[in-house]
Amino acid sequence: MKPPAFAYHRPRSLADALDVLARLGAEAKVLAGGQSLVPLMSMRLAAPAALVDVNHVPGLDSVEVTADRVVVGALARHSRVEHDPEAYDAVPLLRRALLLVAHPTIRNRGTTVGSLVHGDPAAEMPAVLCLLDGFVTLRSASGSRDVPADAFFTGPMESDVRPGELAVSATFRRPPAGSRSSFLEVSRRHGDYAVCGVGAVVSDGTARVALIGVGAGPVLVPLDEPDDPDRVAAAVDAAIEPEDDIHATADYRRHLAQVLTRRALAEVS
Amino acid sequence: MTTVPVSFSVNGTPYDLHVEPRRLLSDALRHDLRLTGTHVGCEHGVCGACTVLVDGDPVRSCLLFAVTLDGAEITTVEGCCAPSGGMGPVQQAFHECHALQCGFCTPGFVTTVTAYLCDHRDPTRAEAREAVSGNLCRCTGYVNIVSAVQRAAELTAGLTAEDRS
Repeated sequence: MKPPAFAYHRPRSLADALDVLARLGAEAKVLAGGQSLVPLMSMRLAAPAALVDVNHVPGLDSVEVTADRVVVGALARHSRVEHDPEAYDAVPLLRRALLLVAHPTIRNRGTTVGSLVHGDPAAEMPAVLCLLDGFVTLRSASGSRDVPADAFFTGPMESDVRPGELAVSATFRRPPAGSRSSFLEVSRRHGDYAVCGVGAVVSDGTARVALIGVGAGPVLVPLDEPDDPDRVAAAVDAAIEPEDDIHATADYRRHLAQVLTRRALAEVS
Repeated sequence: MTTVPVSFSVNGTPYDLHVEPRRLLSDALRHDLRLTGTHVGCEHGVCGACTVLVDGDPVRSCLLFAVTLDGAEITTVEGCCAPSGGMGPVQQAFHECHALQCGFCTPGFVTTVTAYLCDHRDPTRAEAREAVSGNLCRCTGYVNIVSAVQRAAELTAGLTAEDRS
């Protein structure tokens, strides 16, 4: 259970970080909170040749709340986002979902942007980014681009971050006034990854849910008629592709998706 | 083997180390600094036995590379004792409430509860249970640990009152 050797880089500015990422290309992984990457390395499921530690890069740990969005910097720990009163007022769903991310001790170190880049199909924050029409901002030595949530999650544990790029922030759009949201999940033990989870946002009579643990990434399902339980059930059932694993069967996950969707919609209606 | 310099303090003592980048903080504490109070259980972030405080916040030392902690202030269970060197309030409460049996998980509980009580002065049993939800104990069944969290809050409040008088 010891991680494999790697070359270590500790840039002290964003420019230096982008330079070293450009030079190393596909050899390098970015290290921020490391709460997913370090155990993967300890279990020898990941063995990057080099790590670029961005923990000493100034200016990346902000949480900015404006009239229409919350922008979370690459080094903002989950706990910082969770406890930010302005972010909670603007987008209550952020805190609701973050309370389901592992344990407080993990949230003290793990970052929200890191969780998005990691792209675990059972993780909560990718679903929140989808529900709120968010995007991830990627910087490299040669420029910058924004990738919307629906294009960012490209597969299980995969996201659209190219060699040489650093995900510098994630932007969550503030839902319209009067919106209501909910996030529910079932896990084997409190703090574990969800067997299945559902986030829901209702505003102005329209609703959307995002499901986790039942596809290659978060599964966003717009609901034209959220008050019609048969149509909701059919829409969810058609969208998800759950699989069997050691934690649950595909059938059980399909069952949970229905039950949790009903409960989440009941909470927000 | 390439080593990298890193400087941090542990329980108030500054250290300048040269470590391999892959050196976990838990191993740096135990093997390089011989601070063996921090216990290593699962080594992948599940059990909480290796919990230490980094700049006051509880974190898993097995999920951190020591090289990333340049400039940090680290507190281990050895730093949770009383200024006299005797047991601190959380340790005293675990002793009084019989909140440990084999004791392997206890250092992680002591650090976690020490940080928790800094901003939760009077936790309910439910809150105490939530506070230690990230720490596994295979002996006690948690009942006495929850009692110890509440007792530690009382002892800490007493110490604070003493300071004021």
